[in-house]
Amino acid sequence: MLFLDHIWLIPLLPAFGAIVMFCFGRKLQKATVSAVCAGAIVVAFLFACGAVWQYTNWASTPQNFHRPYQTVLYTWLGTDTRHLTYVLDDGKSTAPFQADAGFLLDPLSSIWLLFVTGVGMLIHIYSIGYMAHEGGYYRFFGYLNLFMFSMLTLILANNYVLLFVGWEGVGLCSYLLIGFYFHRTSASDAANKAFIVNRIGDAGFLLGMFFIARYFGSLQFTEVTRLAHSGQFAIGDPLITAATLLLFVGACGKSAQLPLYIWLPDAMEGPTPVSALIHAATMVTAGIYMVARSNALFVLAPTSMETVAIVGALTAIFAASIGLVQNDIKRVLAYSTVSQLGYMFLALGVGAFSAGVFHVFTHAFFKALLFLGAGSVIHAMSGEQDMRNMGDLHRRIPVTHWTMFIATLAIAGIPPFAGFFSKDEILWQTWTSQGGAYRLLWVVGYFTALMTAFYMFRLMYLSFHGRPRMSHEVEHHIHESPTSMTGPLVVLAVCSVFAGFLGWPHSLGGSDRFAKFLEPVFAREAQVLTEQDRAAQVAAGEKEAEHTTSTEYLLMFMSVAAGVVGWGMAWKAYRHADRGYVEPTAAAPLVYNTLLNKYYVDEGYDYVFTGRRKIGDTRLGVLGLGEASAWFDSNIVDSLVNGAGWITRLTATISSWWDKWVIDGVGVNGPAIFARMLSYPARLFEWGLVQWYALVMTAGLVGFVFYYVYQ
Amino acid sequence: MQSHILSIILFTPLVGAIVLLFVPKQNEDAVRWIANVFALAGFLVSLPLVPWFWEKRFEPGFKFIEGAANNWIPSIGAGYVLGIDGISFLLIMLTTLLGWISILSSWTAIENRVKEYYIWFLILQTGMLGVFMALDFFLFFVFWEAMLVPMYLLIGIWGGPRKLYAAIKFFLYTLAGSVLMLLGILFLYFHHHGETNVYTFSIRELYKTAPHIYFDPNYGPGIAILLFFAFFFAFAIKVPMFPFHTWLPDAHVEAPTAGSVILAGVLLKMGTYGFIRFSLPFFPDVLTHTKVRSWMIVLSIIAIIYGALVSLMQKDMKKLVAYSSVSHLGFCTLGIFALTPLGLSGSVLQQINHGISTGALFLIVGILYERRHTREIAEYGGISNVMPVYATITMIMFLSSMGLPLLNGFVGEFTILQGTFMENWKWGAWAVPGVVLAAAYLLWLYQRVFFGQVTNPKNEKLHDLTPREVLTFVPLIIMAFWIGLYPKPFFEILEQPVNQLVQTVRPDYPLPPGAVNATNEPAALTVPVAVAANPPTAVQARPAASVKGKN
Repeated sequence: MLFLDHIWLIPLLPAFGAIVMFCFGRKLQKATVSAVCAGAIVVAFLFACGAVWQYTNWASTPQNFHRPYQTVLYTWLGTDTRHLTYVLDDGKSTAPFQADAGFLLDPLSSIWLLFVTGVGMLIHIYSIGYMAHEGGYYRFFGYLNLFMFSMLTLILANNYVLLFVGWEGVGLCSYLLIGFYFHRTSASDAANKAFIVNRIGDAGFLLGMFFIARYFGSLQFTEVTRLAHSGQFAIGDPLITAATLLLFVGACGKSAQLPLYIWLPDAMEGPTPVSALIHAATMVTAGIYMVARSNALFVLAPTSMETVAIVGALTAIFAASIGLVQNDIKRVLAYSTVSQLGYMFLALGVGAFSAGVFHVFTHAFFKALLFLGAGSVIHAMSGEQDMRNMGDLHRRIPVTHWTMFIATLAIAGIPPFAGFFSKDEILWQTWTSQGGAYRLLWVVGYFTALMTAFYMFRLMYLSFHGRPRMSHEVEHHIHESPTSMTGPLVVLAVCSVFAGFLGWPHSLGGSDRFAKFLEPVFAREAQVLTEQDRAAQVAAGEKEAEHTTSTEYLLMFMSVAAGVVGWGMAWKAYRHADRGYVEPTAAAPLVYNTLLNKYYVDEGYDYVFTGRRKIGDTRLGVLGLGEASAWFDSNIVDSLVNGAGWITRLTATISSWWDKWVIDGVGVNGPAIFARMLSYPARLFEWGLVQWYALVMTAGLVGFVFYYVYQ
Repeated sequence: MQSHILSIILFTPLVGAIVLLFVPKQNEDAVRWIANVFALAGFLVSLPLVPWFWEKRFEPGFKFIEGAANNWIPSIGAGYVLGIDGISFLLIMLTTLLGWISILSSWTAIENRVKEYYIWFLILQTGMLGVFMALDFFLFFVFWEAMLVPMYLLIGIWGGPRKLYAAIKFFLYTLAGSVLMLLGILFLYFHHHGETNVYTFSIRELYKTAPHIYFDPNYGPGIAILLFFAFFFAFAIKVPMFPFHTWLPDAHVEAPTAGSVILAGVLLKMGTYGFIRFSLPFFPDVLTHTKVRSWMIVLSIIAIIYGALVSLMQKDMKKLVAYSSVSHLGFCTLGIFALTPLGLSGSVLQQINHGISTGALFLIVGILYERRHTREIAEYGGISNVMPVYATITMIMFLSSMGLPLLNGFVGEFTILQGTFMENWKWGAWAVPGVVLAAAYLLWLYQRVFFGQVTNPKNEKLHDLTPREVLTFVPLIIMAFWIGLYPKPFFEILEQPVNQLVQTVRPDYPLPPGAVNATNEPAALTVPVAVAANPPTAVQARPAASVKGKN
């Protein structure tokens, strides 16, 4: 059990690479940097394969049947005495405050582990070629390894808090990598936007976590799942609904759903391998992972499930419609990612957890491939990203073209490519799982599939076919990418073809091994149903079973038709695109401009939430609040303090006046003045001139003499 | 050695100050060396405390007690009594560490009156340590006030352009609070005499009698609330809590870098420490039986959100960091008044974290200020290009400050929020936006200062960090990662004191069996028993508090 016992090494390998880069990277050769960082991921991938293999063996033994494997490294938060506690919702019982650096491997995390390390490895190799001529090579790989560390921590954590570590960690790495070209303002703006919007989601996640801790007394996945399955909590419990809705807010932030999706399209400012790894294949699926991981809670909260499904479906069609008219090749893919993530949430919301996870799995391959292909195109086009300036590349960069073409077939849902199986599964589950109004969601999903095929083939025709529309200088430089870049493309293309076979549906004679593999994680959701409910469900299931297969074939045919129709429309509109070609939607300028400007959502947010734009003279949003607070602080609060000082000085002035003029003046000096005034008459006689005294004396004497002489 | 360790830690900086008196002031390098040696010595002598304290971490009550009650001025009952528990232990270690770092960081920043600067700084250090160690109110008040003067001079002499305004504002504002506290202390002192016929300032003795005031028919809740507020103003001004915070930005902006580091890192914690050490155990019923606690919570939440919003709008880097302190300290007071073990331990941990990360932020601002002599954000841009090492360190400290997991800030904030949330989920929910805003103001600052191209030609020639400057950050970065990755030792150190405190304040709060070790010492930290001889009928045992917070 070498690998399984040491699964904590899997995240630590890239962490080691990152530490080496940050401490010594500046002095290392590019070859050493690539060897250390890509090497760490290759080893991690091999390690992960070993661990998953050992786990499947371990979990098939009778005593460990279908159990998740856990190993705890140390107590991270809290104490070993377990005396640091909090009080649960009942107000009486206590639970220890504890979060371990503990790791968990079960089928769900196995799937993520494999495709994250696998796709991550390919993208690292691709980056060696893509970033060869860029500055900050070691910095790029350091960030990339740090990202892998965070993502693997997220996947392997055995409790919500450690998952949150990875959750915030991937957000940070996303920030660092979007802002990789930090001298561009647009890049650092996009980086900030990504981090802050993610943080809003994270705040929701935090609160959701607290609700769980307060209700269940633990944040360990196994413990929470056990309690949720224990049947002591009613379906629709308000606290669980609150907790799951808040967790979903977190998922909306990380996985770019309405209304927090706005950061993802801007995230395309980062280097293209980053877009492939973080903003398509791995990080943005973290929200789906988290919801799937909490499936035991979500099934107890029908309101939350509905919310997830509706938000997912709306995001899917909303983002797909924007993708129809975008001209930047990476932006089209970004909106496509948002839209596909919406599909995944739709699946989770209707309770088809394994279908959602299956789409994550297939999407990781073909979307990573599309982004890497786009990177190869941009590489060939000397940095040009605007599809209006491309065209006719298919002969000049054939490997890129063919691999991207396979990915496009996969995402458009053309059988037998990977996307067909997963998307069809989602649509089918949406149709059948609940019935009723849920079938509206199927309609939404169906039109999204149509749009997906259209915008993807539009991308293909605009960039690879039609007339060349680039400048001569650019045209001159077009070249196929080096093997380190095309190699990963080919591998991913192979995966895009075959990955879907893992989920070959029963109706087509397959065995859906993927869903079976995930069964231990999701199967027990049925246990929360009461006996009658379950009996009723089984009865209903049998009644429907006869005509479901035919319905399934019909729906399957319809979704393939949607893909083909979308393809045909794009083929008709763009296959001969020349300079100054006209968008078919341009016929309705209002629609076209709304879509091109992304429904003006960014502008609206700037007016209402951030306050970066003013409405007239007033500023709303956070900046408006900030301005008001700053004004209040300096003009009210501080003025009160200064006012207190001023009043003190005023009273001091008055008292000193009082002291000087009243106490000292009237009270003390007053009597003195009075005495002095009284003294004036006396002083008339005694003014200190001796001669005068002598004169008076003499005069007096003379007077006396006269008096006595003449009497 | 163990029996006098606290005195040794306390007076090492003062000895340094006295030695400096005998060094001729023209010889500035000698002054700098001696001051740094004593600053480092002050840190080093506190290190043995770590293993010694670690062994006793689960023992109840105060440890390393030195001196006895009433041994200093027996006629009035003042004593030289020192002693620490887990809470003060952590704050003392923070003080010795930050004291050394800030003196080290002043090497080139201070160019006039060097000798006086270091003397005052070392005296300040002793004052701060004394506050955290004193177990006698008389002694405590001496240190509390003694700390004010050096800080006043540090701002007033070595400060920026508006230094006099800032220094006087700081001094008068905090003094106003202290005076009210003095009245409160005297009331408790005479009340203790009334109950026991003994005059003493011993804090451990006062713990036994002060809580009786609330139910004493001679005084009653009104008087107890008044007393609570007498202490509250002193502490709230120091923290500073909204709306008593406006001295802080002025003092920070004008203070020299090292002064800001100490001011934010340690001086603000006097307030939170005061709440924990005095307000809670002296007036438990005021907090559990009246609306006062809700007001404290409301003020804390306002501080968190409002501090962050004001911070967002600042144009001066130091002012921005100062307002971020208001927001962070709001988390600390929120944790305290949640009155739960988690809230309290998170609060103490967050105080340490704030000392580390905000201390580092002020050092960071100081480094740019020393090079360019301006703190205007608009003067900068693209600094990453010219000072990459500096940019990296700044990023780490910003992330620590905004509470990114695996760095220290997260552990504190998470613990506080969970502790508060479990008490009343609305309180927790209101505080959470502060986490988002923290990311907003810090990242926006980072973008404006570090990202982009160098647009201002004055910034083109800036040199990156010197080895001495890097050295000032190394311990802080190590601490940030340590607390982030392995906070268990800190939680274990805090476990006993916070559980005891919660049991004192809320006897009916459910704690797991064995959470509080039985003890005779300090008796006050177990539920007080009526011991009064005079007046005999005045005291009732406290009824179990009915706490409203839950819903």
